[in-house]
Amino acid sequence: MARRRNLPIVVLALAVIAVHLASAAAGKPQYLTQLTMAGYYSLVIVGLTLLMGYTGQISLGHAGFFAIGGYTSGLLTTYNLQGGGAFLSLLRATGLLIAGKDLYGGDLLVMRPWAACLIALAVTVGIAYLVGKPVLKLRGHYLAMATLGFGTIVYKVVLGSSLVGAADGISDIPAFPLFAGLAVTGKSALRVQNYYLAWGLVLGAMALLTNLIHSRVGRALRAIHGAEDAANAMGVDTARYKLHMFVLSAALAALGGVFLTHYNGGIGPSEASIMKSVRYVAIVAVGGMANLWGALIMGVLLNFLSLRGSFGSYDDAVFGLILLAIMLFAPDGLLRVEMVRRLPGLGRLRGRAP
Amino acid sequence: MSPDLLFQYLVAGITYGTIYAIVAIGFNIIYNTTGIINFAQGEFVMLGGMIGVTLHAFVPVPVAIAGAVLATMLVGALIEMLFIRWLRRPSVLRLIIITIGLSIAIRELALLLWGEGVRALPYFTGTAVTSLAIGDVHISPQVLWVLGISAVMVAALNFFFARTLLGRQMRACACNREAAQLCGISAKNMVTLSFVLSAGIGALAGCVISPITYVQYDSGTSLAIKGFTVAILGGLGNSMAAIAAGLLLGTLESFSIWVMPAAYKDVIAISILLFILFVRPSGLFGNAEAARLKDY
Repeated sequence: MARRRNLPIVVLALAVIAVHLASAAAGKPQYLTQLTMAGYYSLVIVGLTLLMGYTGQISLGHAGFFAIGGYTSGLLTTYNLQGGGAFLSLLRATGLLIAGKDLYGGDLLVMRPWAACLIALAVTVGIAYLVGKPVLKLRGHYLAMATLGFGTIVYKVVLGSSLVGAADGISDIPAFPLFAGLAVTGKSALRVQNYYLAWGLVLGAMALLTNLIHSRVGRALRAIHGAEDAANAMGVDTARYKLHMFVLSAALAALGGVFLTHYNGGIGPSEASIMKSVRYVAIVAVGGMANLWGALIMGVLLNFLSLRGSFGSYDDAVFGLILLAIMLFAPDGLLRVEMVRRLPGLGRLRGRAP
Repeated sequence: MSPDLLFQYLVAGITYGTIYAIVAIGFNIIYNTTGIINFAQGEFVMLGGMIGVTLHAFVPVPVAIAGAVLATMLVGALIEMLFIRWLRRPSVLRLIIITIGLSIAIRELALLLWGEGVRALPYFTGTAVTSLAIGDVHISPQVLWVLGISAVMVAALNFFFARTLLGRQMRACACNREAAQLCGISAKNMVTLSFVLSAGIGALAGCVISPITYVQYDSGTSLAIKGFTVAILGGLGNSMAAIAAGLLLGTLESFSIWVMPAAYKDVIAISILLFILFVRPSGLFGNAEAARLKDY
């Protein structure tokens, strides 16, 4: 079983390499930039698939978590701490800060990206926990509206706060140096490396999630999805599982947010908008709800086309119509598990669970 | 804070609160007959305003408003017949996503038709600077129009639901769908009618408020969230309580500008929504005993 389960991961890894080679051979290396960005968005999408498809809890506020991650990291790595204070010198002593020069040659003292990244993830997890605990007690329309409300609050706050640049967002966010000369940055010299970095993260997330849904936790989640009260009666701690999955998917969204923000060198309030959240839900729905691979494939495809500008000014309309059409005519999604099963040789790919 | 200023804020709060209440009643009408929360409710308000402004280029204001209300009712009917009617036992998640998809589609269509421009009907009486003075307090006559038309609308709805056969049939469907069908009421038609009614009152609200707040292709979204907040605050399905809740939210919001920057006005409303959902999902006026039997 375990080997079969890991087969798609290997296929994905090979596909990642193949796409790189193909784009190099075709002389279109710029495609890798959009694929890198699509990869980071895919982190949000697979996380949301876990929450929506497997746990059965809708979230219309996931762009909020993405933005909290991106904005926190972006703010900490650009906000000038130059000044005084005992706390600051303490921070300085820990080596969490880095001095530099700003555009005009002034002294700049900001947080190191890795520290900012960790803080951003911690902040998101904290918020997800605080929000998730009461929100996940709700069901149906109430849950949808509550998460929509959360997303709107994040959007309005980043849009209205001059600290994070209000409508302009944060720009000039520094690169995120990782190791051995590798850094999360949009510089074309590091394009290929960043492509592999993004997809390495996606591979890691997929490995984590596919193993999770085939574990005891995964069975508990499917029980919750099927009938929450019944699962509860059988001894599944539904509240705890729902909360943990909510926090995990929020953390994945924030991870995508942090990396994409450093990759782009900036973030704006549109990343927190409700349309973004709806877009993530649309992609999960097209992918087949409870289908991580379907969501990943559709996520990359649709985000890639959107980033290439294929939909022009109809970008939001396209995602709205996709959502509408799927829910009307194929509520189980386009890429269904049964279809994968029907492919020769892949029959038992996804196990025997009905 | 002088008493005059206090009163001025109060008037502003009541004006907005009335509109929120109307949107909330729109939510309630559809919710009562179908159990659906129509996420496209705010778009009805936007459509009403937009169509009204467009028609006003050719006809006088009252005719333009009547045309806008009728056109939006037609849109409401089409939406129900094309997207909701033929679904068999749809899940709540599916309905949520369908109405969200519809709201996006309508908004994008409006963007395509009318562009990003901000529009408004002229003031029904006087101009933007006309005001009625009550002591030292100045009220725009449009505020009185908003309050008056809303009051008439609520009274008419009350009459419709309490006294007319059609209204009673709708209420019967809301109470018990199967029993109503056994009495020969077409539940499906009642659902269509609820969309039509809800679209109509939304459009009327959109027309009367447009001189004050202006209307834009995306102005429906925030109204929908406010309207939903009010609907929840009053207890989902309870239209009379929604009016009280609407006035409460409008006033709170209006006074919140004192303590917080205006940019965070919406944050107040939504925080109230979340708070109510967490502590008392049956609403301020809902029955907590009965609520325990329901799923939230």
